Amino acid sequence: MIRVLVTLIQILICFLLQSTVFPSFELANVVPDLLMILVVTVAYTRGIFPGMFTGLVCGLLLDCTIGDVIGIYGILYMFIGYFNGYANKIYDKEDYTIPLLLIAASEFIYCFFYYVAEFLLRGRLKLGFYAYRIMLPRVIYTVLVGILFYKLFHMIHLGLTKLSNKEGS
Amino acid sequence: MRRKTPKISIQPKHVLTFCTVICLILIFLSFRYETLLSPVKTAVGSIVTPMQKGINTFGSYISDKLDTLANMRDLIDENEKLKSQIESLKVENSILIQDRYELDGLRRLYEVDQKYADYPKVAARVISRDSNSFYNVFTIDKGAEDGIKVDMNVLAGNGLVGIVTEVGKNYSKVRSIIDDASYVSGMFLKTSDTCDVKGDLQLLDEGVIRIEAISMNADIKDGYEVVTSHISNKYLQGILIGYAYDIEVDSSNLAKSGYLRPAVDFEHLEEVLIITTLKEKLEKAE
Repeated sequence: MIRVLVTLIQILICFLLQSTVFPSFELANVVPDLLMILVVTVAYTRGIFPGMFTGLVCGLLLDCTIGDVIGIYGILYMFIGYFNGYANKIYDKEDYTIPLLLIAASEFIYCFFYYVAEFLLRGRLKLGFYAYRIMLPRVIYTVLVGILFYKLFHMIHLGLTKLSNKEGS
Repeated sequence: MRRKTPKISIQPKHVLTFCTVICLILIFLSFRYETLLSPVKTAVGSIVTPMQKGINTFGSYISDKLDTLANMRDLIDENEKLKSQIESLKVENSILIQDRYELDGLRRLYEVDQKYADYPKVAARVISRDSNSFYNVFTIDKGAEDGIKVDMNVLAGNGLVGIVTEVGKNYSKVRSIIDDASYVSGMFLKTSDTCDVKGDLQLLDEGVIRIEAISMNADIKDGYEVVTSHISNKYLQGILIGYAYDIEVDSSNLAKSGYLRPAVDFEHLEEVLIITTLKEKLEKAE
């Protein structure tokens, strides 16, 4: 129960940071995707179900605030949470490389599908340009910020695990 | 360490399918009936907006303080320069005031109304930018409560910024004219030739917009002002958009096209003005 509450608060804080504070730190005109980092972290540390639902909530929140059509972000983030949940099988407390790789891959896939849904269908065919101008910087920036935030989220996760173990015993 | 997933064994696959179907239904609904889900959006917006506002106020307070410390020396230099500028401007101003009286007199003589300058305006603050880098949409802190409606024109300084696309209780969303999906019908002030002003993501970095469909007969020179035209059914007539340059004949040899430098600095938008007059809708007779 506490876990669900904490995750919801994390989602809200990440969303607020992403929409207000981070735009003033933008590099190469892109903003890092904190919600993506959160979804991947939850999925990687806790498995398919939590990952999937965190993704769904994040996506719907984005849909309701910045999206035009409700549901597109929801689907994208949910699938990302779901597939990252499989990586939970190779979860290791000490490893910081795998989550970062996961974040990079997820962000790239997310950008690609977003491009397909919103730009390709309107007849904007210059994939190379979009890859160079938005996808690449976004992936790099998100991973850089991810180093810091993954550690933070992971620490919160470990703290909660300790807490629930203490209550259990 | 790893927690057991629920005791009742539900396959993740099935939950995923279920949620996907729900999302697809939502997408369909919001495509088909645009207004159906807007209460949900408004509800979420009115929860989130005050928080964003608070964070922004706090952030701008801190960055203001930091800027004050950093810019002290620059400001002193600038102050000197400005003082000397004021002197020359004072002289200029007195000449201009005389001209204005003369102009007023002449206007009255010709009974020319001030056609464009007198639209009623409301000021608003930009509180959040779309965190998705693909678009140029931002949120302002005025909404339906302050009388904002969809399709109202948004200005900053003396140039066109964009148009209100969505209104919540206490916030509204503005699509800027440099947005990839934006499309404005423009007109050259000097020659009255019309053109299409289209935002383009690819040109965004250079801070310019594309203008297209200029008549072959139009004689356009660099630096001509482009204003919103009488053709558009959303934008009020005569608002400055920017200055044209590099006009060339299209490869199709049917029209000319070129680039436009916007009159507004989109990088540093903080406060905008919303014109509360809507262009009259064309309606069929009963």
